[in-house]
Amino acid sequence: MSNTMINIENLTYKYSTIDEKSFTALKNVNLTVDSGEFLVILGHNGSGKSTLAKLMNALLLPTSGNVFVNGMDTKDEEKLWDIRQTAGMVFQNPDNQLVATIVEEDVAFGPENQGVDPREIRKRVDKSLEIVEMSEYKNHAPHLLSGGQKQRIAIAGVLAMNPKCIILDEPTAMLDPIGRKEVMKTIKKLNKEENKTIVHITHYMEEAVEADRIVVMEKGEIVMQGTPKEVFSKVKEMKEIGLDVPQVTELAYELRKEGIDLPTDILTVEELVMAL
Amino acid sequence: MMIKIENLSYVYNPESPFETKALDNINLEVEKGDFVGLIGHTGSGKSTLVQHLNGLIRPTEGRIIIDGIDITKKETKLRAIRQEVGLVFQYPEYQLFEETVYKDIAFGPKNLGLNETEVDSRVKKAMELVGLDFEKIKDRSPFELSGGQKRRVAIAGVVAMNPKVLILDEPTAGLDPKGRDEILGEIQNLYEKENMTIILVSHSMEDIAKLVNKIVVMHKGKIAMEGAPREIFKNQERLEDLGLGIPQVTYFMKKYKSEGHSVSDDILTIDEAKEELLNYLRRRDNA
Repeated sequence: MSNTMINIENLTYKYSTIDEKSFTALKNVNLTVDSGEFLVILGHNGSGKSTLAKLMNALLLPTSGNVFVNGMDTKDEEKLWDIRQTAGMVFQNPDNQLVATIVEEDVAFGPENQGVDPREIRKRVDKSLEIVEMSEYKNHAPHLLSGGQKQRIAIAGVLAMNPKCIILDEPTAMLDPIGRKEVMKTIKKLNKEENKTIVHITHYMEEAVEADRIVVMEKGEIVMQGTPKEVFSKVKEMKEIGLDVPQVTELAYELRKEGIDLPTDILTVEELVMAL
Repeated sequence: MMIKIENLSYVYNPESPFETKALDNINLEVEKGDFVGLIGHTGSGKSTLVQHLNGLIRPTEGRIIIDGIDITKKETKLRAIRQEVGLVFQYPEYQLFEETVYKDIAFGPKNLGLNETEVDSRVKKAMELVGLDFEKIKDRSPFELSGGQKRRVAIAGVVAMNPKVLILDEPTAGLDPKGRDEILGEIQNLYEKENMTIILVSHSMEDIAKLVNKIVVMHKGKIAMEGAPREIFKNQERLEDLGLGIPQVTYFMKKYKSEGHSVSDDILTIDEAKEELLNYLRRRDNA
């Protein structure tokens, strides 16, 4: 087994529109995601980040270039189901992802389709619900749950397929602050305790602060990457792209401009309190 | 007085096992020219409250008076209410339906029975107010626009009704930071230039702190707190108990002060924090 979970080489993707014009959503992207990494992709609407996510589990195929998931070429049709099983995907709107009328049936849907042995399914469903802390809701109807709970059920449904990597495309965008916290806690747990490789796409800068690495997309290209400290210290560049930095990072940046001696990589309230 | 809510209660599924009191004896006054931030976590009753304000739901008990008209009376016509109060739902772009941007925005004013010249000028003005280029996009299909533009078209459709009160339920949900700042700028514009009374439902304490002059906090169908942003955001613990919070920069100033630095923690924005800290640091260096 290699240490690389996803390998993207010279990837270009063009959407064709009705009037036969094409739109280049991704231009010559190169990116490697390591096994066990917590990667965050930032970028504003239309920057190509969702397209990139869909290419990572063969929902879309490259116009040119290659995407390898755990060594498998996404263009290899015979590997399609292995790829989808290796890299599970969670989308923005929880209501569009839940298929059953009972929580545990919803979670069982994936492994059932894979033809997994029923006893094994039972085990996986229980374990997945336990990991997302929704075991006590296993007999509830998903549509009566809160947004954060629904999204955790969607995550459990992906977990039940035993993926090595989970790709989350703005999973918190439609949630309230409590729901966002619940889902973020779950995502971190998947990475730290269950050892899943995480690719998390988001607009929320505070969710990116704890990533191992951040990739910033703009107009279909990777324009910046590095640790959260490296990326957020570029306040001016981030603002130019139309992205945010945490409020304390911006405050430290403003104070530095006024000649106050502060480090450039402040991300949290505690760090700024210590530095001032 | 623009809005006066008296003893408003609302019960979902009355006399059934699922009976839920969504609003419990709400009393609230909103002055003409107020910019109100309505906050509270999901299920606190915010949406039920705003749906009452333009007559989508009739109260179980109590009255709502808007600009002198009791909208909860049976004989009050819905059309009259809708002209008083415009409501922009969450993800309003899902409600676009017409072939062109122009037709979509014109739909409301046309239904009011306005003549074509008046409809035309309302559409033009509404598009201008939300930052859409009239000539460039009026004939385009709303469905081929970007997410942020679609949302603007939907807001323009409500603005074109010339409401005195404009209510927006999470108008920036799902938008990126730039799109969010643009929409909030346009709402600020409607408030300042069109003298609309605004009620903004939001989960972002940072946005609320920047924009509004009054905050109403809902919890379990009741008004838990009410006051100016500076007053409300002093109550960090209470807000956190209610599943809410304070802006990060306010939190920072409180923490910094608690470490023994003599700064004011009555700070809502980055600019205010910057000024306060610069003054403090210069004082300290000179001492």
